[in-house]
Amino acid sequence: MKQYEYMAKEHLSRQGIKIPPGRVADTPEEARNAVAEIGPAALKAQVLVGGRGKAGGIKFASTPDEAARVAESILGMDLKGFRVDRLYVEGKLDIDQELYVSVTTDRNAKAPLVMASAQGGMEIEELADEFIVRRHVNPRVGVMPYFGKEIAEALGLTASLGREFADLLGRLYQLYRNLDAELVEINPLAVVGGHLVAADARLNVDDSALYRHPDLDTVEEGSALEQKVRALGLAYVELEGDIAVMANGAGMAMATLDAIQYYGGKPANFLDAGGGASVGPTASALGVLVDMHPKAIFINIFGGITRCDDVAQAILQVRQRQGIPVPLVVRLVGTHEKEGVALLQSDGIAAFSEMSAAAQRVVELAGEGR
Amino acid sequence: MAILLRGEDRIIVQGITGNQGRFHTRQMLDYGAQVVGGTSPGKAGQTVEGIPVFNTVRQAVQATAATASIVFAPAPFAKDAAFEALENGIRLLVLIPEHIAVQDSIDIVARAQDLGAVVIGPNTFGLITPGQRTKMGIMPNHIYRPGKIGVVARSGTLSYEIAFSLSNAGLGQSTVVGMGGDPVVGQTFISVLKAFHDDPETEGVVMVGEIGGSAEEEAAEYIQTLHIPVVAYLAGRSAPPGKRMGHAGAIIERGRGTLESKERALSAAGVRVVTMPWEVAPAMQDLLGP
Repeated sequence: MKQYEYMAKEHLSRQGIKIPPGRVADTPEEARNAVAEIGPAALKAQVLVGGRGKAGGIKFASTPDEAARVAESILGMDLKGFRVDRLYVEGKLDIDQELYVSVTTDRNAKAPLVMASAQGGMEIEELADEFIVRRHVNPRVGVMPYFGKEIAEALGLTASLGREFADLLGRLYQLYRNLDAELVEINPLAVVGGHLVAADARLNVDDSALYRHPDLDTVEEGSALEQKVRALGLAYVELEGDIAVMANGAGMAMATLDAIQYYGGKPANFLDAGGGASVGPTASALGVLVDMHPKAIFINIFGGITRCDDVAQAILQVRQRQGIPVPLVVRLVGTHEKEGVALLQSDGIAAFSEMSAAAQRVVELAGEGR
Repeated sequence: MAILLRGEDRIIVQGITGNQGRFHTRQMLDYGAQVVGGTSPGKAGQTVEGIPVFNTVRQAVQATAATASIVFAPAPFAKDAAFEALENGIRLLVLIPEHIAVQDSIDIVARAQDLGAVVIGPNTFGLITPGQRTKMGIMPNHIYRPGKIGVVARSGTLSYEIAFSLSNAGLGQSTVVGMGGDPVVGQTFISVLKAFHDDPETEGVVMVGEIGGSAEEEAAEYIQTLHIPVVAYLAGRSAPPGKRMGHAGAIIERGRGTLESKERALSAAGVRVVTMPWEVAPAMQDLLGP
């Protein structure tokens, strides 16, 4: 779960990392009051996308009146597909140098990774490798002051700034561990009057660890439909096409989308009905697909733990309950295949056994393809 | 031969009295696996499918001399279960649960490295060695055949699809290994490929990968040094960046983990990369020759 900048900053501040003075503002009036209180400020759109500045989501105001005008122009605007509902009004900094620092999880090394650069301000991917210092953290040891000093030295920081950097890195790593972060990033880490200030911050928390952070602010991502289906406990992603898809298992669901695309069709969604889902959840998942009004529906099941007859039952249930008014293609193999295929046949549905033939057929029925 | 799991390995089931633990204990026994005990706090003295239940791994290992364990504990308790196993002499640990916190996985994997133990998972279907009638996992029993193809996969159902198509094409499997769908897992493609390479019985390897991370790219570099035919199929060709495709690990983030970069790296390393799952078996047949 991603956190908005102002939330990330609050966590940094609680961890003892210096941040500029700032206020949240949801209206021009609140922005005016914020600038009256903290002086000239940056008004920053709180959206979960990078490159806000270039897209017009960060503007400056010197006076309360200007702040209200600027807030008026940013609030409600569409920023790369996200509506701006909230601003963070933050005291303007007199920046001498911009650094970069982050702690993230390196999947290959199976360990935390610290990245730092003396050339902060832009996205880390845009930086040439020679400007990035990368050091893995031994999770049994953690980040001790010497580790931060080594990195500071590699960045060419002065001795006093280096000590401050080492202290900051220790705190940042603590935050990464304490909050089960996937990423905690300060960019730019500003040098202001010889001290380090976190000018912008990102914080992503591991979804699987949210149960141990009940106090964390909830940030919903995705469309209303995505949120609704996920609430059913299913992995769901909206895509741009019009062939609705259900498969069991994440890898299988991805492969199914790929197969549709291979034959020239456009999948409408990713839906993993689970490796061993029973009749009920499978039926509610299928119900969601029908409600999407797609051109066709493709159900691709390799029954391992999932039983083919359970899937067939679910399909019949949905047909009876709400009807399936669009072409339906079912591919069914594996555990209890015979029973499942017979059930479908009794309701006039001929199941496929080959994934390729089924994918090809659903693309045809949707009127797509090459 | 086969890799990692052999017929004589003595296995315990952590969380044997739960629904999943009970069901899969039956399945593993049916397949021929040497399940010798299980654990469930406060349930010592009971039996599940004729297998004795113990309160702790310590007691189970003392009584049964098990060296392998499969964990069905709910995700919040998985780290404790994993450490309990590792600290009590378990050297092959299969972690079935999904949604284990990544930093718990980091700690588990680090401790296993220190002890020289093998961790499979988390968020895995496990591993199976058909020629020795043994498995630790939740995969269906009937789709595998003994043979000479090693399979290493990130994803369960997709690997079933491919293993079944191999079996139907007369290409049996030496061992099938599920690495797991999480960002941090015990194995790498490299560690499993190396084991297959060192196994005299394995004559070809199938890699089933997906978008996210750079495990496939790293493996490509290593494969160049191997002399064994490798076929790779990767899922997620149609996945848009920034969207998590079910698996916590399957996401193209900040430009990394795209299918194109993985396929390019693998092709350059001499791997036969196919674009659809049903192309895997014919490609392997082609590589092995008549």
